[in-house]
Amino acid sequence: MTSNEWPSGRVTSEMAKELDELLNKTSEWLRGVGPVSDIVISSRIRLARNLEKIPFATRATEASQAEVLRHVSESLTHLSSLKNPFLVQMGELDELDRQFLVERHVISREHASQPDHRAVAIGPGEVISIMVNEEDHLRIQVMQSGLNLRDAWGLIDALDDELSEAMPYAYSSDWGYLTCCLTNAGTGMRASVMMHLPALVITKQINKVLHAITKLGLTARGLYGEGTEAQGNFFQISNQVALGHSEEELVENLERILKQVIDHEQTARDSLLGNSRLQLEDRMWRAYGILRYAQTISSNETLDLLSAVRLGVDLGIMNRLDRNTVMELLIFSQPAHLQKLEGGKLLTKERDAKRALLIRRRLGAKE
Amino acid sequence: MVCEACKQQQATVHLTEIVNDQMTELHLCEACANQKGAQVESHFGLADLLSGLADVGKSAEVEEEVSTKTCPTCGMTYDDFRKVGRLGCSECYTTFKRSLSSLLKRIHGSTHHLGKAPAQLVKPSKTKAELSELKKRLDRAISMEEFEEAAQLRDQIREVERQEQRVRNKKSDQ
Repeated sequence: MTSNEWPSGRVTSEMAKELDELLNKTSEWLRGVGPVSDIVISSRIRLARNLEKIPFATRATEASQAEVLRHVSESLTHLSSLKNPFLVQMGELDELDRQFLVERHVISREHASQPDHRAVAIGPGEVISIMVNEEDHLRIQVMQSGLNLRDAWGLIDALDDELSEAMPYAYSSDWGYLTCCLTNAGTGMRASVMMHLPALVITKQINKVLHAITKLGLTARGLYGEGTEAQGNFFQISNQVALGHSEEELVENLERILKQVIDHEQTARDSLLGNSRLQLEDRMWRAYGILRYAQTISSNETLDLLSAVRLGVDLGIMNRLDRNTVMELLIFSQPAHLQKLEGGKLLTKERDAKRALLIRRRLGAKE
Repeated sequence: MVCEACKQQQATVHLTEIVNDQMTELHLCEACANQKGAQVESHFGLADLLSGLADVGKSAEVEEEVSTKTCPTCGMTYDDFRKVGRLGCSECYTTFKRSLSSLLKRIHGSTHHLGKAPAQLVKPSKTKAELSELKKRLDRAISMEEFEEAAQLRDQIREVERQEQRVRNKKSDQ
């Protein structure tokens, strides 16, 4: 496929520049604002959509993928719910830049690993992104900061309506939106919320909570979705069922259960503060101490320590720091972000040293 | 990389242990890792389980669909689907309707979509006809005392009414 079938209107060097500019911007979901933002990092809704009469990814050909790209790029030119998206063909990005977008939750790991004939459209503030030719022709997502599924649903519903007027979707009145995998058929919707649950982990209640969640048609995953570990006490909780309930019902159900998880976390935080405040403060300040003075540090250790520091900020114990700084460190210390900040590829050892330096400097500036 | 325990097999399991802030890395082959009692968690998603589900409970009609049919649009057979756990195109849903219906029921607990529809399909005349048809079926189900079906129809009616309301709301927004 030639690049003019995906009329980004930008040459590759400009695209790389625009991508670099994202580095200096905080994505909407990382802003640390919105309802319950001391526990809920972000809310995300994604819709899986396929175009009528074009084979799914499993049976796709170069020509059919090019056709999808053409349809989507045409439809994107005149949307009122997504103005001037930044369009990128995955094949034009190097591995580092693709990983960079994964770390920002703009694209999936799956999308980054097989870049050919795939693309992504990114809206302002990275609130909206549309992956093209992932497992489904379209994976539309909206991210919001804090517990904000309703706003996310409002935005994505309007965008989806507009897109469906521009391109005929594969849809059946019995089974809803037809998707490549049966687990998404129906609404094609997955609503998920990223939560920070350190007190439930410290008090060893987390497994009980996660177990209960799975019995209620929900599922829990790690920071970077399917198949990733829950690092740094961050958990993504989402609906598993997509058919048989309306989108609003699925969102309401998820919200109802999340509110209980939030209550549990809150109670656990209160009890830690009440019963073992000294140990809790010690844990946070030790974490801060390591971050402030370490000379080399892995991204996993960073996540765990930042989780402790973030809890300190959320509980008002560490007043010199703010949530935004912690979240910025969290994203900047991810491998691809770090390498982009440092201007190129680094070995793991070099990365660990640069990461420690970056964190020392940023924390030092706040003292 | 060779397994650190048996020094023969290729190391495919990489363990990081942090004990008293001491990080140790172990590179093992799967057999040695199992011996060490390491929990080897493989990436295993819901879709992978589909192939297992896809085998259960076949009636004669389903059997025929499964063994003889090929999707006319993309050429996928049920066997292909069983292997990859993914469908080939939207037409596959019609081709393997019966088998997929029971799979969807197992995955989602339902076979009826109650959510939104693409904008161009939500036409008032269509919803009106759909509503009166659904209401007729509901009356019939109640009189036959088929309450499970009646409950499902009631949900569908509510959803169609909600759809209609949405369209009206959206129009008044514009």
